[in-house]
Amino acid sequence: MALMLKNARLVDPQVGLDEVADILIRDGRIVEVGHGLSMEKGIERDLSGKVVVPGLVDMHVHLREPGQEQKEDIASGTRAAAHGGFTAVCAMPNTSPVIDNALGVEYVKARAEQVGKCRVLVAGACSQGLKGEVLAEMGDMAAHGAVAFTDDGHGIQDAGMMRRVMDYAVQFGRTVMVHCQDDSLVGEGQVNEGVVSTRLGMLGWPAEGEELEIARDIALCRLTGCPLHIQHVTTARGLDLVRAAKAEGLPVTCEVTPHHLFLTEDDIDEAYDTALKVNPPLRTAADAAALAAGVADGTVDALATDHAPHTDWEKDREFELAPFGMTGLETALSLVLTHLVGPGTIGYDRLVELMAVAPRAILGAEPVKLEAGSVADLTVIDPAERWTVSREGFCSKAGNSGFMGVELTGRATDVYVGGYATMEEGSIVE
Amino acid sequence: MAGFPHEHLIDFSDYSADDIMLLLETAYKFKEVNERRIKKVPTLKGFTVVNMFNEPSTRTRSSFEIAEKRLSADSLNFGGSSTSTVKGESLVDTVETLCAYKIDLIVVRDKHAGVPRKIADVSGVHVIDAGDGKHQHPTQALLDLYSIWQEKVVAGGMAFDKLKVGIVGDIGHSRVCGSLIPALKIMGCDVTVIAPPTLMPARPDVLGADRATSDLDAALPELDVVYMLRIQRERLEGAPFPSLREYNQLFGLTQERDALMRPDACVCHPGPINRGVELDSFMADHPKRSIILDQVYAGVLVRMAALYLLLGGASDGLDA
Repeated sequence: MALMLKNARLVDPQVGLDEVADILIRDGRIVEVGHGLSMEKGIERDLSGKVVVPGLVDMHVHLREPGQEQKEDIASGTRAAAHGGFTAVCAMPNTSPVIDNALGVEYVKARAEQVGKCRVLVAGACSQGLKGEVLAEMGDMAAHGAVAFTDDGHGIQDAGMMRRVMDYAVQFGRTVMVHCQDDSLVGEGQVNEGVVSTRLGMLGWPAEGEELEIARDIALCRLTGCPLHIQHVTTARGLDLVRAAKAEGLPVTCEVTPHHLFLTEDDIDEAYDTALKVNPPLRTAADAAALAAGVADGTVDALATDHAPHTDWEKDREFELAPFGMTGLETALSLVLTHLVGPGTIGYDRLVELMAVAPRAILGAEPVKLEAGSVADLTVIDPAERWTVSREGFCSKAGNSGFMGVELTGRATDVYVGGYATMEEGSIVE
Repeated sequence: MAGFPHEHLIDFSDYSADDIMLLLETAYKFKEVNERRIKKVPTLKGFTVVNMFNEPSTRTRSSFEIAEKRLSADSLNFGGSSTSTVKGESLVDTVETLCAYKIDLIVVRDKHAGVPRKIADVSGVHVIDAGDGKHQHPTQALLDLYSIWQEKVVAGGMAFDKLKVGIVGDIGHSRVCGSLIPALKIMGCDVTVIAPPTLMPARPDVLGADRATSDLDAALPELDVVYMLRIQRERLEGAPFPSLREYNQLFGLTQERDALMRPDACVCHPGPINRGVELDSFMADHPKRSIILDQVYAGVLVRMAALYLLLGGASDGLDA
């Protein structure tokens, strides 16, 4: 079956494309990109006014399956992804049981195949049970399709163990992704240490607790040569460490989340809104500004959501007892369009690099380009659609967004995975 | 009584100096009731107050109970090992259950910051924060202000905005400081916080402190009020200082430090005292300086005042 997308603005910096043109798709791949294309028969869609980009990838999500399906599952999480404009996600291994062996990798892949609405790339654990003590079977997981390794949610506390992880992982050609948190400094920290921890009387999660481990892991990257991806960088100095590592030529990449870009610790007030409890915590306005500068200047490789769904009853409680995390899949693209593309901080070309090109490169996934021969994973964006974030509008099971009630401009309307629509005109295709 | 402009006593951020003075003056009026042979007025007859103490407390809870009884409120003690939270019920469900009994006010103590605000949001009844985690403890601050007012303003002839107050000890983990410092600043006092850096909050200025120092001896000569915080012996694991002995040497109000203090400086402490740690007996029992027992008495008065003003009790209550 052929599919023709006509009259959209096509943006793909990988092939130097930014113009209004047509795309012809057949058998899951792009056949032709050009002007005034026609076809014998098939589905033709007029996308005047829309922007088409290579399909977006969220390289950091928690789908919660297996084990925590009350929060989210692969069916709901991948629908949330499609609804937010994503064609693929990378699922973190901190499920129950932990994805620390080939069986777990195969389970997630199989479920995604059966019930998913986007591609699901699986990250395996670095250590058995995420305990940071004994290496997980990374070789077997890689053979079964794990795209990267991470003990996300925990920093591996012991430097010797972290070195072992990176030394061992390098043979499989996979990136090690790290959640940087030195527990001896962070302890039971709830919010950024400083103004808000003092005002609200809660233990602080200091910036240095993150920066120290970023510095350590960059040193271990230099020692082992293992590609290192720093997850959810949140501070100006943490980003400077990444900038310096890149200048040195080390294989270091990093991501930032929309919530660390567009929310700050100042948003946490006497209402103790647990939706704003995230790990690492929301930082200062100066940190958020530094992250935005890093997004624009290229220091930040990827935007990732750290989509962390929780049930209402887990979040509707004492701040200090509520779990960390907020959802992000269904707001990320619109937030970036509203706050970065709209004001001109970045263009669509940079958005494509951050949300499509870099995540695939870091995860070793097949590149998607707007040119003949490429897999037809595509995201269609309506830059003008205005909408208000609401629980009712989510496909995710969870409502723990820090952006509830916020009005945004720009949204994905259609998503194609392998040439098939997963979302059309804002509705999931079942 | 003109309407009191607050629903809750959780946070002083929206309280004015006039609001605080009204609380203190109302507390003073209740002093007379507490000195009668029959220490009870019918002011809050028919009101139901729940004392929800989710964390052990002897002094604060006793003080609230006495205040409620002397105002004739019906009170229910709810908490400790009897709480349904032990059975896995959420805070929100517990509060909604209590509210279904048609109560009027919840006094809450909890080890987690922000719980009183959460209860106020879900319950629709009046809430008094009796201490939440390391956050705030506003009735403690009121009883401190009342004692300082009586000692330094009424008896000593000074104005609040001329008073220099020093707070010494575990500033960083103290809910007393979370309320006392903002309240002192609302009244115009000058506030110095004095502690080893390991016991300082990240940003003492955010609480309102005018300055922070680790040099007690340099700060003492300026102070009109020396407020000593309790060192929690049970928290010494994790060791913010090497020994109680060294703490006493550096930050204890010892007899030797008497000579550094202004002759009219008074000493406060929220209790219970660790004698020989933050306070020597010489200071704790000092007939001129110590107003520690006045603070305990003031606790009953200010809690009666807070209950009365929030619930807007019978207008003839004070005269009954």
